[in-house]
Amino acid sequence: MILRGLMLLVLLSSAFSLSAELRGTGDMGVVVERANGQLLIVEHTNDRRLAEIDGLGDLSHASVVFSRDERYAYVFGRDGGLTRVDLLEGKIVKRVMQSGNSIGGAISQDGRLVAVSNYEPGGVRVFDADTLELVADIPAEYASGKLSKTVGLVDAPGNRFVFSLYDGNQIWIADMTDPGKPVITKFEDIGKAPYDALISPDGRYYIAGLFGEDSMALVDLWHPEKGSRKILQGYLAHDEKLPVYKMPHLEGWGMAGRYAFVPAVGQHKVLVIDTNDWKQVDAIEVHGQPVFVMVRPDSRQVWVNFAHPNNDTVQVIDVESREIVKTLKPGKAVLHMEFTPRGEKLWMSVRDEDRIDIYDTRTMEKTGELPASKPSGIFFTDRAHRIGL
Amino acid sequence: MRSTIWACIALLVPVLAFADGVSAGRQKELKNLLYQDCGSCHGMKLTGGLGPALTPQALQGKSGEFLATTIRYGRAGTPMPPWGPLLSDADIRWLADYLKNPGDKQ
Repeated sequence: MILRGLMLLVLLSSAFSLSAELRGTGDMGVVVERANGQLLIVEHTNDRRLAEIDGLGDLSHASVVFSRDERYAYVFGRDGGLTRVDLLEGKIVKRVMQSGNSIGGAISQDGRLVAVSNYEPGGVRVFDADTLELVADIPAEYASGKLSKTVGLVDAPGNRFVFSLYDGNQIWIADMTDPGKPVITKFEDIGKAPYDALISPDGRYYIAGLFGEDSMALVDLWHPEKGSRKILQGYLAHDEKLPVYKMPHLEGWGMAGRYAFVPAVGQHKVLVIDTNDWKQVDAIEVHGQPVFVMVRPDSRQVWVNFAHPNNDTVQVIDVESREIVKTLKPGKAVLHMEFTPRGEKLWMSVRDEDRIDIYDTRTMEKTGELPASKPSGIFFTDRAHRIGL
Repeated sequence: MRSTIWACIALLVPVLAFADGVSAGRQKELKNLLYQDCGSCHGMKLTGGLGPALTPQALQGKSGEFLATTIRYGRAGTPMPPWGPLLSDADIRWLADYLKNPGDKQ
């Protein structure tokens, strides 16, 4: 009898291993497995996989934001799918197909709204974070009847969303104070082909990278009346623009103290900007076209990965000396990197090796690895409490 | 007689293994490049993203020559980079053919 009871207990606990275990979610995260449209739920205290979830559609270029209680992940798929995943239960709670082709999303300051940036039809759609019901539709019409692909969508203080119009060369602010009636502020002619954008960690500055010119566009969200202005104009100087085999990403953009670290476009350089006057103060030669330029949470190191065909390499820059202190060769196609909340570890996806590698950031040595099927984005739940992520 | 057979095999093997001048192993690499790397702009299922869709339907009316030229030299004024520095002519021809007729080469 006792034995039977024990067996039942064992059975029950294994069947509900994720949900029955009373636990917080602050050390959890998700990894996008893009080949088979799966999402891995992971935990970075013990560096392990907890669950694998199917049925998320086309996850090429998928990105993720988290609910403010860090329990739910919102997954933005390429195919326009928006999926709400319960990390504790390890299952999909709700899924809607909200457009034909999307690129990413954001969650509002108050946690009640989730916005999705769409390519087709071009614009932003805003959903109720609980029910995923449509709350507002914002077509990015930049000329009569013409909709722009939207990029660089972030949340900003004041329950606002900010995004850029790739085809329309504009930046828009959507004030969601009345969620059903967004108030839009538009900045026109900000520069050619904004391809991605970022917001400073304090939520004040929105900066769009421009593919069509060697410059960036900056909006001070404390003073939108001042308009958009160009910074770093002419950073290519007289150098030839090299081919760019993967678009750089500005999310997770590196702000280390007063200096910002950003990828150059068409040059194998990381640019260093003084945020006091937004002037370039340095250009660090690196191994290839930078894709992600990620600052460790304590701002002492910057980790950089690169576009094809140099994507087998990762370099670490020391912020103080602005020198490369380590060149790593993790393997084929390093796509994404994510620091643990306080930065003692870094996880990186090595897509073509079907592996996640884990590094000790102090020694810059690999300390572990996990199998994953063509892993791309890695997202830890502490993003829930950071502006712009 | 035996030597003739061997000579025939020796001649045939490269032809079989290197259809279109691209080895089976290389074809696998090119497919990975297409779906994973080109896919970061064109979508992993080639249904489009920042770049246009590259499905056979979407490419109807575009010649293989046009596709090869676009792959080799890129498209000025767009983010499409020139792949000529990274891929051989045979690679590019194979990719252009594959885009038009993916069914033939799976």
